[in-house]
Amino acid sequence: MSIDKDTAARIAKLARIRVEEGELDALAGEFNTILGFIEQLGEVDVEGVEPMVSVTPQRLKRRDDVVTDGDQQAKILANAPDAREGFFAVPKVVE
Amino acid sequence: MTDLNRLTIAAAREKLRQGEVTSVQLTEACLSAIDSADALNAVVHKTPERALKMAEAADKRLQSEDAPALCGIPLGIKDLFCTEHVPSQAGSRILQGFRPEYESAVTRQLWDSGAVMLGKLNMDEFAMGSSNETSVYGNAVNPWKVDDRDLTPGGSSGGSSAAVAADLCLAALGTDTGGSIRQPAAFTGTVGLKPTYGRVSRWGIVAFASSLDQAGPMTKDVRDAAILLRAMAGHDPQDSTSADIPVPDFEAALTGDIKGKTIGLPREYRIDGIPDEIDALWAEGRRMLEDAGAKIVDVSLPHTKYALPAYYVIAPAEASSNLARYDGVRFGHRAKLDQGDGITEMYEKTRAEGFGAEVKRRVMVGTYVLSAGFYDAYYNRARRVRALIKRDFDEVFAQGVDAILTPATPSAAFGLGEMGGKDPVEMYLNDVFTVTVNLAGLPGIAVPTGQDRQGLPLGLQLIGRPFEEGDLLNIAHTLERQAGFVAKPTRWW
Repeated sequence: MSIDKDTAARIAKLARIRVEEGELDALAGEFNTILGFIEQLGEVDVEGVEPMVSVTPQRLKRRDDVVTDGDQQAKILANAPDAREGFFAVPKVVE
Repeated sequence: MTDLNRLTIAAAREKLRQGEVTSVQLTEACLSAIDSADALNAVVHKTPERALKMAEAADKRLQSEDAPALCGIPLGIKDLFCTEHVPSQAGSRILQGFRPEYESAVTRQLWDSGAVMLGKLNMDEFAMGSSNETSVYGNAVNPWKVDDRDLTPGGSSGGSSAAVAADLCLAALGTDTGGSIRQPAAFTGTVGLKPTYGRVSRWGIVAFASSLDQAGPMTKDVRDAAILLRAMAGHDPQDSTSADIPVPDFEAALTGDIKGKTIGLPREYRIDGIPDEIDALWAEGRRMLEDAGAKIVDVSLPHTKYALPAYYVIAPAEASSNLARYDGVRFGHRAKLDQGDGITEMYEKTRAEGFGAEVKRRVMVGTYVLSAGFYDAYYNRARRVRALIKRDFDEVFAQGVDAILTPATPSAAFGLGEMGGKDPVEMYLNDVFTVTVNLAGLPGIAVPTGQDRQGLPLGLQLIGRPFEEGDLLNIAHTLERQAGFVAKPTRWW
């Protein structure tokens, strides 16, 4: 499996990271190095082995379905790059 | 009163209780050491005023009540921990200016027990790196030096290891996803413990790979690791993977008696291209534990070879998901937009500007291995291999092995700028001995055991059974005493 420039561009798009056209070849090369390293996993016989979900055998704990938090609007917005009238502000999404 | 910053936690605890020193004096000694150590670039956000306030409160508490072990002890905190109203950037540009409105569970627990925060410590961006060279703050520098070159303090907890080795604090917090506590400890002649997955709450620690991340102590000796771990550990309802089991007194486990313990040496850790010095150190460690009365057995962990490749699927996959939150909307950096840019351009430009090269690479690799058509071939296969790696350890422990002894790193500290420039995989190989432990969720500790021929520190790693940190620390304590490592870096900074 080899990653070409178009695939590199598609991955960057999926990851929502802008990569300039001129950098795509180098990026594809790095992906191929890393994926070449990962390819070794193909040698392992994993027949009948379940993919690990949790490293320690545990059941997720449950808690009562009650409100435990809230009323922190100012704190939640305190670090926003752009907050207006109690909301996060972003560029126009809908035309 | 000089050199109070050089004390261990245990020694300072004693002096505080005897009334020989105050927390304010300890704290001032550390703050002055920090101010004269800018060349190490270990402390990236200094909090002297807060530190002195906390120290004053600790001094009052020490007089008036039965104060906890950590009361009055000045600590350095890795930048990955969210600390209320103090910059917490995970070494990244994308979190520039971020001041959390909350405190991580671990640091909250430490402050509640009276510990003092000196400042935030340098690290690789989002804990992705093994040399502290991916940090937005620039490289942290190892206090150990053999020639003109600046050496790496290891990574990702490089600021923590440098700060402890240079006595800028009594101890520090680190985090470890693939070796990020143990490798820096080994590179600086300090002790680093990664606890069992679930022993310490992850709440409020910036997430990298959630199934692997674990916070732990970085200290001057094994006893301090036991003291600090106890203060960090415990169940936290806010972290659903934190284990609801009692936290023992780890320090009480340090009996120094390991007679009858069985130590395994895994044959697969004998790998090509490892310097003779590392092999010799390993053999030396074996002899030390044997002399202390342990029984040494050869063991096999057959899937060791596949740990790094499995890690470089699983960790980037989890990172790509965890780091999706950095979108320029709720916190941190947002790119300046051009006329007509919409929300997608905002995401793409923000993340391109905010993330460094290694973080981008891992997020994109993670995106790829999780994408339609490749999920089974990469991600599910890696999780299956992970199950086999854990099974290897289960089988060894089922044979009656109490702990496993391995080298901690494949080399001593290397020069900044000398590794991974052309091939990112070269840097990844640093974690070859440590990464299995994260994949299997086990506790592991790096103990300084010797020096290479240039005089740089070298460490060995001990791997324990899940949630048996007490037993592991006792064996580490014995190794430490046998090795008698007392060397300190000569001050040049």
